[in-house]
Amino acid sequence: MSEIADKVKKIVVEHLGVEESKVTPEASFIDDLGADSLDTVELVMAFEEAFNVEIPEDAAEKIATVKDAIDYIEAQKAA
Amino acid sequence: MLQSAASDLGRRRVVVTGMGMVTPLGLGTENVWKRLVAGESGIDRIHAFDPSELAAHIGGEVPDGPTAEGKLTISDWIPVKDQKKMDRFIQLGMIAAIEAVEDSGWKPESEEDRCATGVQIGSGIGGLQTIYDASITVYEGRAKRLSPFFIPSALGNLVSGNVSIRYGFKGPNHSAVTACATGVHAIGDAARTIMFGDADVMVAGGAEATVCKLGIAGFCSARALSTGFNDRPKQASRPWDRDRDGFVMGEGAGIVVLEEYEHAKKRGAKIYGEVIGYGMSGDAYHITAPAEGHDGAYRAMFAAVRSAGITPGDIGYVNAHGTSTMADDLELSAVERLFGDDGRKVAMSSTKSAIGHLLGAAGAVEAMFSMLAIRDGVVPPTLNLDNPSRESIIDRVPHQAQERKVNIALSNSFGFGGTNASVIVRGV
Repeated sequence: MSEIADKVKKIVVEHLGVEESKVTPEASFIDDLGADSLDTVELVMAFEEAFNVEIPEDAAEKIATVKDAIDYIEAQKAA
Repeated sequence: MLQSAASDLGRRRVVVTGMGMVTPLGLGTENVWKRLVAGESGIDRIHAFDPSELAAHIGGEVPDGPTAEGKLTISDWIPVKDQKKMDRFIQLGMIAAIEAVEDSGWKPESEEDRCATGVQIGSGIGGLQTIYDASITVYEGRAKRLSPFFIPSALGNLVSGNVSIRYGFKGPNHSAVTACATGVHAIGDAARTIMFGDADVMVAGGAEATVCKLGIAGFCSARALSTGFNDRPKQASRPWDRDRDGFVMGEGAGIVVLEEYEHAKKRGAKIYGEVIGYGMSGDAYHITAPAEGHDGAYRAMFAAVRSAGITPGDIGYVNAHGTSTMADDLELSAVERLFGDDGRKVAMSSTKSAIGHLLGAAGAVEAMFSMLAIRDGVVPPTLNLDNPSRESIIDRVPHQAQERKVNIALSNSFGFGGTNASVIVRGV
């Protein structure tokens, strides 16, 4: 697993208070990890802060799973 | 004055079937009550922040420590991930509400019962520390980093909201915000919500957490806090004493479960007492100072007595607002005026001498103390009342608790803005 994926996972565990084993790439923040809409806003902010990236609102709306987050951040970092 | 108004007799009766308390004397109603009656004080130098640059260095903070010892370990009550969504006043309110609801044994299963169960928990100020922290974030140019939980963490009615969500209570969801009168208004208004048939059960009370730098600094600027006893914290709150020099800020929450009498009886609930009277008034005088003779206090007490359908002589104990400020003697005058010669038979104490002034939670905690005084036949003391600034025929229970049979008790709370509220309770 990449360094970015590792860090994303850690942030999700911390912010949503879920077991690490549940944070699979396919896991949906809302459907599988118990997040509500405000939790996801806060998660995106935490990603922005941790990776020093800007995630505009329309992009944030498309980040529904752990993998979506990792892919988006990796793409930003590669650019 | 509405001398001719009818009393509330003939209405639905409202009893207390659950209690929860978080105060500077610890967690748990029985634990706090036992320590209060023993004459202990919860006032100390402030731990939450370094107070040395402020005039007041002392406060009543809820003591940290193991839950089993009646101390505060927030994670035992509220999951870490939810704590950031709740200012401390909400956390303290939730803990007291959990105790009260579980103590009552009321677990509505049907939709109908859930809709007949409401919440009315207020706060004098709301999430002050949360607002302070968020202001700094914005000031530092990080407005876009403001937590999405800032607003729901700061809002004054969010103990009511969170309690309803936790337990599925779908009845009236309300929240009083009347500064230091909040707790009494919450209980009185919630009782009337039941009397009018809008609910059968109401979880009611107040919560406050303003022993923070902004809170202490603000009340210091208003010249309201004690500043002369920083080296002797436990002597600082001294209602009616000639050396008193301001109130001591406390934090905490007091929550009761109010229930329609037949509803409580039918399910075999334990009943602490009955809310029989409630009175309110406004001073229309000054934003922080009470009017001469504390006429507003007199009118609130008078209205409560009238609504209870009793005479002042029926009252055996008064839990005074008694903040340890100049206003103490004004309240005393109003109480003397209310009781007349019957003042010789009544005991009045200020439990703020032990726990400080819990602002929006004060009235709720003190109404509960009044009910426990009736239950146990003991009235709690006024600590540090060494030399009353003036004499009175009213026994103000200096230093030590007194065994005393009390059938009916009155509790007063007055707030900035000139808002006054009194509630009367009796044993059942």
